[in-house]
Amino acid sequence: MTRAGLIRLALILGALALLEWACRYGFVSREAVIPPTVMLQGAWRALALEETRGEILWTLQNVALSLVLSLIVGSAAGLLLHKATRLRRALDPLLASYYAVPTFVFYPLFIVLFGLNRWPLIAIGFLFAVVAVIINTLDGLARIPRAFVRTAAVMRLTPAQYAVHIILPAAAPWLFTGAKFAVAYSFIGVIAGEFVVSGAGMGHAIAFAYNSFDNRMMYGLIVLLFAIVGSINMLFWSFERRLYARAGR
Amino acid sequence: MTEHLRVEGVTRVYPPVERHAAVHALGPIDLALKQGEFFSVVGPSGCGKSTLLDVVAGLARPTAGTIHFEGKPVAGEVPDGVGVVFQEDASFPWLTVYDNAAFALRRAGVADAEVRERVASTLAFTGLASFAQAYPAQLSGGMRQRLCIARTLVMRPRMLLLDEPFGALDQQTRLLMGDELLKLWRETGATILLITHSLDEAALLSDRIGVMSARPGVFIDLVETGWARERDSRIVSQAAFGEVTGRLWSALRDQSIKALAMAS
Amino acid sequence: MPAPDAEPLVAAERIERRDHARSLDTALLIVGLIVLWQAGAFILGKDALPSPVATVSKLAAIMGDEDFPRHAWETARAFFTALAISLAAGLVIGLALGAHRLAGEVTEPILAALYAIPKITLYPVILLLFGLGISAKIAFGVIHGIIPVILFTMNAVRNIRAVYLRSARAMRLTLAQTAGTIIIPAALPEIVSGFRIGFALTLLGTLIGEMFASQRGIGYMLVKAMETGDTGTVMSLALLLVVLATAASAALLALDRRLRRHATS
Repeated sequence: MTRAGLIRLALILGALALLEWACRYGFVSREAVIPPTVMLQGAWRALALEETRGEILWTLQNVALSLVLSLIVGSAAGLLLHKATRLRRALDPLLASYYAVPTFVFYPLFIVLFGLNRWPLIAIGFLFAVVAVIINTLDGLARIPRAFVRTAAVMRLTPAQYAVHIILPAAAPWLFTGAKFAVAYSFIGVIAGEFVVSGAGMGHAIAFAYNSFDNRMMYGLIVLLFAIVGSINMLFWSFERRLYARAGR
Repeated sequence: MTEHLRVEGVTRVYPPVERHAAVHALGPIDLALKQGEFFSVVGPSGCGKSTLLDVVAGLARPTAGTIHFEGKPVAGEVPDGVGVVFQEDASFPWLTVYDNAAFALRRAGVADAEVRERVASTLAFTGLASFAQAYPAQLSGGMRQRLCIARTLVMRPRMLLLDEPFGALDQQTRLLMGDELLKLWRETGATILLITHSLDEAALLSDRIGVMSARPGVFIDLVETGWARERDSRIVSQAAFGEVTGRLWSALRDQSIKALAMAS
Repeated sequence: MPAPDAEPLVAAERIERRDHARSLDTALLIVGLIVLWQAGAFILGKDALPSPVATVSKLAAIMGDEDFPRHAWETARAFFTALAISLAAGLVIGLALGAHRLAGEVTEPILAALYAIPKITLYPVILLLFGLGISAKIAFGVIHGIIPVILFTMNAVRNIRAVYLRSARAMRLTLAQTAGTIIIPAALPEIVSGFRIGFALTLLGTLIGEMFASQRGIGYMLVKAMETGDTGTVMSLALLLVVLATAASAALLALDRRLRRHATS
């Protein structure tokens, strides 16, 4: 591990140790924050109970669906917009302002449209994630050097060959960034929705634990969520490193 | 000798865009290249040299005039047997040198055994054999341009178009790459059309040089160098070399001043 | 196949005319979206999706109501406080982490991870720490907005071209002079990008906080309407927020673009 990595690890462990000590010796109210070790116990219990396991799985399924939909629709839309220059230019300022809009206000609308099930949650996750995918796809496509386009013409490639063998690898880093955002935003959209309007899922379980003053379960679930998102991020990060190393960036 | 490339009355006018007038970028151009000839085009910035190359390659359509390569008209697509090397580095950073060179052959469906043989011989020819498993990011600028040339060569082009291929390289590397280009030219027998802004390079490498005027570019002089086929960079020491470059510059100087005034 | 670009004629003039044409296109697009909205209202019925006209008149009614200024003021108070903290603290921390190589390297993955985590999950924790009320809302806004400001500022400082700093040393400038006359102007465009995102996220965070932590404010009005199924109010408030957020974002974007026009790298 690098020097920075070691310092970071020490910093995190140190902060956790400090929190543990502060909670156990009463510097921080037990009603607000519990010691990290008790949080871990809560996490363990959440995994052990079939009910909470079910909620966690339900949430992950929602996130996965949102992710897949936003990646497919987002990349396709990005590709189409790339070609439709005038429409893309008209859309640019709107896309740039998209994330200033609180999209969660459309929950009630989606509940009316889809019913009180998982689909309003997936719809919100999708709305959150798809624009990030579109923006990054457009970015990647725009950055394909003109020399590549002309090389493809000289090699007399078919449009399909051009797309698969040149566009895809050349735009890959940006498509990848889009995918990272899609994961993060899918999580945010789905869980925020579960908090507010849903009777199931991890978000709901956390809110329920909060309302029942069950801090151990609440923090346990939060820790689990952090762990899940953290591991996915680390997977992306190491994959990205290998991708960039080859391209020499 | 048969005309390998015939360009007649070619002009290129860019249509008006958003209330700006049309731009007459090139022409009319008349040009005939013999099979196996090495022809360079020099001219001031913005005169349309690159446009000429694009039109000859089939990458752009002329507004008027015709282009014939090997007797067949060129329009809208790059003809079989034409290779192009661009000014920018077009090597694919995600593929190794070997895979870069093999790329076009594989897409064209050439059999594996033949691919291996042609790539190996071309890499050896361009001095890249020991870098076959390296990635372009690990190579210098000169090596990467060599890779682009190798990638084109492996398709065995009968005409090679080069758009300021050595522009990003330092002077010494340019001279050496020029020697390599000459070697390649002799051994493949291809017709070469080279666009360059370096008068020395044009004078040194070419059988004939076309001097272009400022925009809209037309040929204002055609200089024959009369060099022997077996030449290399050492001819820079001959007196005749100075005469050629002198003639090029006297034709070009006024045009360059005019182009500079147009740009500001 | 693609042909080389036309000559760079009077470049600045071309850009300006192009911008006007694009604004018109965008306006057309917005009109198109409104038409789609009306169509949706027609198909789905006014209880599910109120029409544009109904939404605007409902909004006018809400804004004219005597209670509204109180709610609006509550939200504005929380938001601008959160914004000030996010921008100021984010800027200072970002500058420090950008300047100190090791510190930046150590903290960046942590910040990136925090950025990706759905901070809504911390909402119960914030409530437990700050209690119900305006401090919880401000805290929520800050945790959303401060991280992008830090990340962008950090990157901006790191990406300052080395040749600028070498020139500063050659000119024998003091640290303060270097920071004020070279570092900040050079890093400004990217810092402003960070501010733009920080603005949007702080607004989002404050609203979400208001939805749960308060009995006052626009977020509270929103959640009450959502709970009672009052789609008319939900849409009207949503429209208000969309217009405000988009206007602010567009203004910041214009500022961003103007700054970038002067930047060379």
